[in-house]
Amino acid sequence: MSNQAPVHQGRLKTPFYSRLEKLDFVNEWHQWKGYSSADSLYCSDTEYFAIRNATAVFDLTPMTKYRITGPDSLDYLNRLVTRDMAKIKPGRVAYAVWCDDQGQVIDDGTIFHIREGEYRLCSQERHFAWLQAAAIGFDVTITHETGDVAALAVQGPTSFSTLNNMGFEGLADLKPFGLKHFDFQGRELMISRTGFTGDLGYELWIEPAKAEALWDALFEAGKLHGIRAIGTTALELSRIEAGFLAAYMEFLPADETVRTGRSRSPLELGLEWLVDFKKPNFNGRRALAEEKRHGSTWQLVKLDIEGNKVAHSSYIFGQEKSNKAAIGFVTSAAWSPVCKQNIALGTVRAPRGKPGDTLWVEVYYQREMHWNRHMAKARVVDKPFWFPPRRGATPPGPY
Amino acid sequence: MKTYDAIVVGAGHNGLTNAAFLARAGLDVVCVEKNDYIGGAAVSRNLYKDWWYSNCSYVCSLLRPEIYRALELHRHGLQITPYGGSVQFMENGDYYGSYHDEEVAYREMARFSRHDADAYKRYSADTMRQCRFIRDFLLSTAPDPSSFKPKDLRELARIGGKFMEMGEDRMYDTIRFWTMSVAEYLDEYFETDVIKAAMSGSGIIGTALGIHSPGTAYVLLHHYMGEVDGNVGSWGFARGGMGAVSNAIAGAFKAAGGELRTEAGVDQIIVKNGKAVGVALDNGDEIHANVVVSAMDVKRTFLDCIAKGDLPSEFHHRVENFKIRGSSGKVNIALDGLPTFPALPEGSSLYHSDMHFIDSMERMERAYDDWKDGRWSEDPYIDMLIPTLTDPTMAPPGKHFMSCFVQYCPHKIEGRDWTIAEKDAFGQTVINQIANYSPDFKDLILHAEIRTPQDIEAEIGITEGNIFHGELTMDQLLFNRPIPGYAQYRSPIGGLYMCGSSTHPGGGVMAAPGANAAREILSDLKRPNTVPENFGDD
Repeated sequence: MSNQAPVHQGRLKTPFYSRLEKLDFVNEWHQWKGYSSADSLYCSDTEYFAIRNATAVFDLTPMTKYRITGPDSLDYLNRLVTRDMAKIKPGRVAYAVWCDDQGQVIDDGTIFHIREGEYRLCSQERHFAWLQAAAIGFDVTITHETGDVAALAVQGPTSFSTLNNMGFEGLADLKPFGLKHFDFQGRELMISRTGFTGDLGYELWIEPAKAEALWDALFEAGKLHGIRAIGTTALELSRIEAGFLAAYMEFLPADETVRTGRSRSPLELGLEWLVDFKKPNFNGRRALAEEKRHGSTWQLVKLDIEGNKVAHSSYIFGQEKSNKAAIGFVTSAAWSPVCKQNIALGTVRAPRGKPGDTLWVEVYYQREMHWNRHMAKARVVDKPFWFPPRRGATPPGPY
Repeated sequence: MKTYDAIVVGAGHNGLTNAAFLARAGLDVVCVEKNDYIGGAAVSRNLYKDWWYSNCSYVCSLLRPEIYRALELHRHGLQITPYGGSVQFMENGDYYGSYHDEEVAYREMARFSRHDADAYKRYSADTMRQCRFIRDFLLSTAPDPSSFKPKDLRELARIGGKFMEMGEDRMYDTIRFWTMSVAEYLDEYFETDVIKAAMSGSGIIGTALGIHSPGTAYVLLHHYMGEVDGNVGSWGFARGGMGAVSNAIAGAFKAAGGELRTEAGVDQIIVKNGKAVGVALDNGDEIHANVVVSAMDVKRTFLDCIAKGDLPSEFHHRVENFKIRGSSGKVNIALDGLPTFPALPEGSSLYHSDMHFIDSMERMERAYDDWKDGRWSEDPYIDMLIPTLTDPTMAPPGKHFMSCFVQYCPHKIEGRDWTIAEKDAFGQTVINQIANYSPDFKDLILHAEIRTPQDIEAEIGITEGNIFHGELTMDQLLFNRPIPGYAQYRSPIGGLYMCGSSTHPGGGVMAAPGANAAREILSDLKRPNTVPENFGDD
């Protein structure tokens, strides 16, 4: 495997590190799967608004990536994940989850059908052992390629204008969850219309040797479109607004949980649309069919909470004045600057938590050392909190 | 002929807010607007090629988040993007910047005075204490201290309670704060002239008062009590210009079934047997309704649109004496590129901030002296911003829109109307002051719109072009706003309500007057309330 630094180095640096370092004013970093990754480069509030107002660039190189090739790759993926991958033609991208035999989610991720029979699977966690175990009987090759592909998320309302300035012919026709290949300085650049922000946006994939040149060209093209590099804090806020799940927040990888009942099924995560029971077989199929018949234990909820105090780590109750035990808890919460809503994702005991239900959250908040708490009404909503028309528009507008 | 439940006169942001909350309660509402566009003073105007001008109000902070949320303004296209900081250019070639990042702000202040940098925390806490006190009353009707109604007594008790809770010393401070000048207030904390000059601007914006005039400390608060996403005191841009605010509220109004009519200026509010029954439009048409709500300022409403005989003489007299004085103008400029300010380091975040070109308290006060003499300030206080550095939607890429709020600028020149030559000279004064700090600025100007208070009055309809629909001084605040005894959005005429910025809690793109008025109207009509509660700071 290329680009693997010696273990004693401590933290890996992505091929964009030299560029990020130059834009870093606050020195706030964390590690992401062994790589140095910025929380924030100058001000996470401003960085967030780059996502919603202009063009935000996020280095997603540390995202775990696998290349899946071979004559059986489609059949293999169809066995692996719960959705029907036959529908995902070359040039398309699919959001997917994969489960263990008990129908519990191991991880979620995106699968890029790069070319006929050639796929890239991106996930939060590392699953090489699992992917290999699941490959028994299939003629496929699975390659871990995290360090071999440099990747940038380019997100925001002017992201199309920025990329269009780079002269990518045909980018305007690229639909959400589509991907195309372009020439960049004689090398292949893959651009997909995907992202983790719920806004208009793209992801760029290129070999590490061309990473810095790509960054420079991108920032030159975006100069007049408000382009800004961003860190994880800003991205995380936009992720919650988009209603996307995060591993270790909304679910734990099933193969890592110690205690029974701490994992979740796709049905419990509101991902039934990703489960195709018409497929003859896939990992977890029998357990999920059983769960569908008998009902789930948990239900993921998107909550629109009254007031403006963020419901971090709150318990969720069925009634305002209830001495009964909580029916669930909040997993991610934020004040949404773009919706001006107090939002949260949470998990509650099914069958509670249907869209339109009214629940209550116990909110804790601190004012000048003292803690307060109150019960806030929370409405269960169906749709993502933020889904602007520009996200789906093809061709995208200039801003 | 159809009789509406309510007519709202004026499609500014308060009129639209009022109309939206009434319509959401199921009322059949029509909102009439004299111009062929909506928004009043919260507009984005396409006045030059592909440029959109926020040509009246230009930044947003006071808009109540409770209203934003209740009307789901994001679903109607509104996005507020905050911007950080401000800069004061100095005659000696230096500058004083204020920054969003606390420690950067501290270091910058310490460059001038470590004393001031350390004093800032206490200043900030004292100011925030006053903010916290007033913020609680923004989204509620001011209680009438002479009333024995349970609602008024309850609210008075609540205010009293909040006041008493401060403790003795802070109660004295609060009373002093509400009546003192911004200069005196700042003198209690700071020693550096440029720092005080930088902070004093917020005490005089929109008023016909100087930094040494009593009552300006409160005006400072009026500019601090807003927020962007919980950051009290932060300001932001409405994406697409301030018209996005009005358009979004209008979207919420229409979604609730409301009807908007433009080019429908009101000539008279029709009063029969002491009750408002409709309006007569400039074109002679009449519209009838059970309730008429005026979003116009109090003078325009009662002196221009109501027959004198329909008003009690005492009330009429009080309206005539309501202080609503033109004190500021605007210069809106389309630029061919970004002007450079050599005093600033290259790539400084301060390009995105509020820029000012006055560096001393003396210059601030002298600017006011010119106004008292009936002239515009020769060395004006300008609040200048380049929103297009943040907002990609208001000008072509690489081109810019510059908004200059200019104070002081009188409604009349030495008591008579402005001449065209004087208006141009006023614009030139502003351009020259900026050009002193930016050598390439003048060459980049493609188009400039110069607006005196008289122009604003003529187009928008606000008396004397006063941005707050009346001075924000203690005699015109809370239960005194606009007229003692009529501070709860009702008027001496049955069925006639006020919902503009002349009413509590006053001016700025806050939408609170419109919302509070809707709550009172719905209560009178025994309809369910649709107006949200204050989020509360605690």
